[in-house]
Amino acid sequence: MKMKGAQIFFECLKREGVEVIFGFPGGSVLDIYHEMPKHDIRHILVRHEQGAAHMADGYARATGRVGVCLVTSGPGATNTVTGIATANMDSIPIVVFTGQVPTAMIGDDAFQEVDIIGITRPCTKHSYLVKDVNELARVIKEAFYLARTGRPGPIVVDLPKDVIQAQTEFRYPKKVDLPGYHPTLEAHGGQIKRAYQLIKKSRHPVIYAGGGVIHGDASEELLQFAEMIRAPVTSTLMGLGCFPAEIRDKKGKRSPHPLWLGMLGMHGTYEANMAVSNADLLLAVGARFDDRVTGKISGFAPKAKYIHIDVDPTSIGKTVEVHIPIVGDCKNALQKLIQTAEAEPVEGLEEARAPWLEQIGLWREAHPLRYAFDPQIIKPQYVVEKIHELSGGDAIITTEVGQNQMWAAQFYRFTRPRTFLSSGGLGTMGYGLPAAIGAQTAFPDRLVVDIAGDGSIQMNIQELMTAVCNCLPVKVAILRNQFLGMVRQWQELFYEKNYCGTCLADSSPDFVRLAEAYGAVGLRATKPEEVEPVIREAFAIKRPVLMDFLVSPAEGVYPMVPAGKSISEMLLT
Amino acid sequence: MENSSKHRHTIGILVQNVPGVLARIVTLFAGRDFNIENITAAETHEPGLTRITLVTTGDDHILSQIVKQLNKLINVIKVFDFRDTEFVDREMALIKVRAEAPTRAEVLRIVDIFRAKVVDVSPHFYTLEVTGNESKIAAIIELLDQIGIVEIARTGKAALARSKKH
Repeated sequence: MKMKGAQIFFECLKREGVEVIFGFPGGSVLDIYHEMPKHDIRHILVRHEQGAAHMADGYARATGRVGVCLVTSGPGATNTVTGIATANMDSIPIVVFTGQVPTAMIGDDAFQEVDIIGITRPCTKHSYLVKDVNELARVIKEAFYLARTGRPGPIVVDLPKDVIQAQTEFRYPKKVDLPGYHPTLEAHGGQIKRAYQLIKKSRHPVIYAGGGVIHGDASEELLQFAEMIRAPVTSTLMGLGCFPAEIRDKKGKRSPHPLWLGMLGMHGTYEANMAVSNADLLLAVGARFDDRVTGKISGFAPKAKYIHIDVDPTSIGKTVEVHIPIVGDCKNALQKLIQTAEAEPVEGLEEARAPWLEQIGLWREAHPLRYAFDPQIIKPQYVVEKIHELSGGDAIITTEVGQNQMWAAQFYRFTRPRTFLSSGGLGTMGYGLPAAIGAQTAFPDRLVVDIAGDGSIQMNIQELMTAVCNCLPVKVAILRNQFLGMVRQWQELFYEKNYCGTCLADSSPDFVRLAEAYGAVGLRATKPEEVEPVIREAFAIKRPVLMDFLVSPAEGVYPMVPAGKSISEMLLT
Repeated sequence: MENSSKHRHTIGILVQNVPGVLARIVTLFAGRDFNIENITAAETHEPGLTRITLVTTGDDHILSQIVKQLNKLINVIKVFDFRDTEFVDREMALIKVRAEAPTRAEVLRIVDIFRAKVVDVSPHFYTLEVTGNESKIAAIIELLDQIGIVEIARTGKAALARSKKH
């Protein structure tokens, strides 16, 4: 039977198990919207296409499945670029369908024409311009396959209007045929053996885990292997949740996991940065030695031999020289390490590791993450701690970018993968609210909280309307310090306290009334004693709630490694 | 560490001949600050496959990244990294040179020495075709430049690995 391109589009999505599309219509995609009501796929109408891309991203991070967004040509397409670049930097599987002018008009500077494939080429894993309806099904199949396999990433599929109007026989290919795409998933046995020999000999090992552990669904293996070799674990921002910061006893009482060091890097914990700086072995799993993690390269884990597991060969040896590279899927590599360790356990492990863990304990005691509680003014860290406490540590947390993001990373103790959604690589302000909406769409009954700043929340505040209209009860906690706080902190420390362009005092809307204008609930806390009641109330309301916490403007994020310094050179206050 | 001095490298790239494939390669080089000295691309005998030869400069670390990043492109089927391989490379140049009465004979002598060909003749100019490796092309250009090169068009390098002799 012949079908129109628009119908083929939905048939393909159905076969890929797509349950929701985040989108915004326009001239070039009207045929798809015309077809949409006939299909059992939910459509979330966004208020700005950047929001659609971030929602697809948030959905993907929370579920591990491919997120989908659909926008029209021209500005609809260009508005997704920040979302695509965000997903690309953090290896998030999304497929972005963009409308395009009819093929005969491409290149004519037609109304709402833009070369979105050209614009997004540097920030996608791959992209397609579909010029023939006979290619449509194959391209969609390949797009989803590429998005979710190997190192995941965003795929753009550009759909000219005449292609989705044209008709052809629908056949969904069973397999993809991509002769240039064969990601190495199976870790090399010989390299695993060599790696394990180094691990066995090591006295001061540290596991440095990244987002790849989450993408590769390897958290359980990471925990098992870390406990087997009794190696402390630190993670990148992207890795938070891949290792439990806390464990619960049978009565549900929570205590810190003894091997957890916290996040490392620029705003990492003292013990994580000191442990890495003194390690004799660094086992990097699904991490990419990003500059915010390493600080000055020559000062990063200078005494350690490096083992690096990553599914993407370009990540290995890119910024640091690695002694044992292991290309492969994190789960596969860790499973093999576990098997090797089972066959060949380290003798006297407890005693061998005791001095190292003791030393780490001393670092932790000397400089734990802390802040000075003030009964007069709300400290932002206190708000994050209370959100953690009152959510039972089980919420999905999204963040914007800046101080709010770092305090969330430091003071919310993540225990499960896919519960911390944050723009790490690109550092996209305006990410948190749409990402929270995407996550809430996937998990309508879970608590989803966007920890935001008064600067970043306004970058996509319009999506509050999307949350309200679609009954997605996301919670937003604005840590309102009346500054673009992280930039202000850099100005304070490195730019002579010249607070140019960063002050937001008296120049933000009344967030409570704004929330109400959108049909959400607005709550405010201006004193420490109001924090807990506000959070409790917000969590009890089954609607979107925006919480406005007036917090101390002067608070900084510490520890901090100044840019260009070694991570052992931390500013502690 | 690896050899950190900069040198020139020739890389062969076998790609699917699909729209935008060259743009992907060039975008990759531009975006990651890799250098392209010259690049050639043409279809192969196999339908749907194009062979690209590219000359770049960089140290071993950069070259490794280039090879890995190229391999990561979905439409790239194979990358030939000639670092540890013997290979043959040739390029062709069309050179329009001033050839007035006093210099005509000299130009023809150079053509003869370099086994070049005169492919177009006019009262004041010869257009020459010369094929060879890089040093040969450089040598003839240097000689002809003293006589007066008017225009030059070069193909850039094409390279293949040498076959094993046993």
